[in-house]
Amino acid sequence: MNARMRTALPLVMSAAIACSASMAQAADLEFYFPVGVNAPAVATIEQLTNAWAAQNPQHSVKAVYAGNYEETTTKALTAAQAGDPPQVAVLLAIDIFTLIEEDVILPISDIATSDADKAWIDSFYDGFMVDTMFDGKVYSIPFQRSTPVFYYNKDAFRAAGLDPEVTPATWDEMVEMGKKLTVKDSNGNVTQWGTRIPNLGLAGAWLFGGLVKSKGDGLSTDTGTEARFNTEAAKASLEFLQRLADEEVMAPGGITWGDTPKAFLEGQAASIWTSTGNLAFINENAEFDWGVGFLPGGDGPGAPVGGGNFYIFKDITDEERDAALDFVRFMTTPENQAIWSMATGYIAPSQAAWETPEMQAYSERLPQALVALEQMPHAYREFATFQRARVTQYLVDAIEGVITGGTDAATALAEAQEKADEVLGEYR
Amino acid sequence: MNMRLSYGMGFILLFVPCSLLVAFTHYPAFKALLNSFWNNGSSIRPSRFVGARNYEALLEDDKLMQVLSNSFIYAIGTVPLAIALAIGMALLVNSRLPATGLMRLSFFLPTMLPMVAVANIWLFFYAPGIGLASQILNAFGLPSINFLGSTDTSLVSMMVVAVWKEAGLFMIFYLAALQSIPTNLKDAARLEGAGSVRIFFDVVMPLLRPTTIFVAVNALINAFRLVDHIVVMTRGGPNNSSSLLLYYIYEVTFGFRDFAYGATLTVLMVVILGFMAAIQFWVLNRKAHYQ
Repeated sequence: MNARMRTALPLVMSAAIACSASMAQAADLEFYFPVGVNAPAVATIEQLTNAWAAQNPQHSVKAVYAGNYEETTTKALTAAQAGDPPQVAVLLAIDIFTLIEEDVILPISDIATSDADKAWIDSFYDGFMVDTMFDGKVYSIPFQRSTPVFYYNKDAFRAAGLDPEVTPATWDEMVEMGKKLTVKDSNGNVTQWGTRIPNLGLAGAWLFGGLVKSKGDGLSTDTGTEARFNTEAAKASLEFLQRLADEEVMAPGGITWGDTPKAFLEGQAASIWTSTGNLAFINENAEFDWGVGFLPGGDGPGAPVGGGNFYIFKDITDEERDAALDFVRFMTTPENQAIWSMATGYIAPSQAAWETPEMQAYSERLPQALVALEQMPHAYREFATFQRARVTQYLVDAIEGVITGGTDAATALAEAQEKADEVLGEYR
Repeated sequence: MNMRLSYGMGFILLFVPCSLLVAFTHYPAFKALLNSFWNNGSSIRPSRFVGARNYEALLEDDKLMQVLSNSFIYAIGTVPLAIALAIGMALLVNSRLPATGLMRLSFFLPTMLPMVAVANIWLFFYAPGIGLASQILNAFGLPSINFLGSTDTSLVSMMVVAVWKEAGLFMIFYLAALQSIPTNLKDAARLEGAGSVRIFFDVVMPLLRPTTIFVAVNALINAFRLVDHIVVMTRGGPNNSSSLLLYYIYEVTFGFRDFAYGATLTVLMVVILGFMAAIQFWVLNRKAHYQ
């Protein structure tokens, strides 16, 4: 037994060495991705990764579904700090500052240097590129991007005597039309609210960014060191949310993100503000005539952009790096963007993708999908700074404090600003 | 049978459980204590020793004060209620009513479900407008309540979920204890002319006291230990009104990635729990009657 093992061991070892030598040119990629929508996302990701692996038989790629965005970021960071990072991951665009601070990602503009690579980076819409940049470098590539739009029930508009083809463009119109859309039963209880804007948690803060944008301001800048909470625009936006509840256009108190599409489908809300990522879900389940419009705005249209981008990690071999870049380029070809966009409802992030025959046919079949694209020029980056999770929580606390009636807008925002400045001061 | 183990063998047998205990309990606890004296670092800003600065931060943390008061309200609200309900249910299923088997099963069912599943069920109950609670209220002509979206009701809503989930488990312990009480004690009391209320308080309750200690300690630990439903249902909101200490630790450590302050909060939690367990044992042990 022992003798046999003694002879077998060198054989196995030399086989292993030979094996790894012959694989030197190849790369085994690990790719972490999150799923954040009601869509067959995993199957589509696997279909795309398998197609890449089939084209590149010398390489292999393992697509790892790592939970929601937050969990995926935590897993990727933990793996990177343990010295075994995934080569590629789709993580929130706004995680850029955290990833830079932890020093785990490569600037993609440093490795994608050929003319073809540069043309590829330039092919994405500017609105999706603003939050990929830091210090003049591009750190990520847009992939699953979304923006909220105004979904409305055309039947409810007709019942309220409103033109079903005209959506409210301003906050005043929203209040005015919303009052007509709010329906009460004989006991005086509301059975249908005029509108529904999720205002709790991170989703609430995301939508809030759109309100602020429509008043001509932004909550954060590209330096990652500035939070702009205590502004006239932010105050007006919070007061608008309060006004919707005061005038019985929207349910008072906290409104969750998750129940919003359901409330719309069940007729509890005549209109909702939610992500384009819900287009496919609402299209399949709505039993009434529905439409999509721009988000009503304060001084003009405004919306936040959100979603995830491709990042390439540090501390990987040169072969892995080249393979990772090739993989990201493959995943974001116009054809593959179109496949991904149609399967999920995410906005294809480049003009070329919208010009593919598949996307042309899709937008004819579901014209609502185009509204988000048309709204893109009015969209602004999602709130992002260093220590994002902590600083965003200050904003979330301020919004929740006001909508649940505890504090007034000016005090809440001033307090959030003070705390944010304290944290971000170290980074300036 | 009485063969003595060699020292070597004894050492090996001890080594395995001890190393597991050290690796997964003592080392992390020690490390947390150590981390609480350092500030939070990142790759570009290494952490440095800051002495008691994290503990000074505890005192200035308004959110911590709210979270602590939430945690105490939560514990004081859920522990006695869960125990009272558990005794009530145990008495019910211990009596000679028809279909006690079915009752035992249905009382115990919530305990068998994982907390995440329970939280999802209750999310449906609580959803304003579309949820079960709203539909019942509306059937009586009452307006629906925004249970999870209001600072007044979010914590109470969490407590109801916890009691619903926990009471069934404690019922099992009480049921076992009730069945071990000799009937001759009750017969003797009845012979002396005691009514069933008197029998319950003067005969049954004292005999249940060891069970009550056990259940109370466990319920208290669970009140601090179980936060899965907070993660699923409210994420501590709105405006931190339903945030509990352990959830706050999770948020600070893994959400904000502030491992130093997370470690400091962990030390605080261990101190609080140790202190309460000591009081509980001291008070209840003096009055317990073990057979």
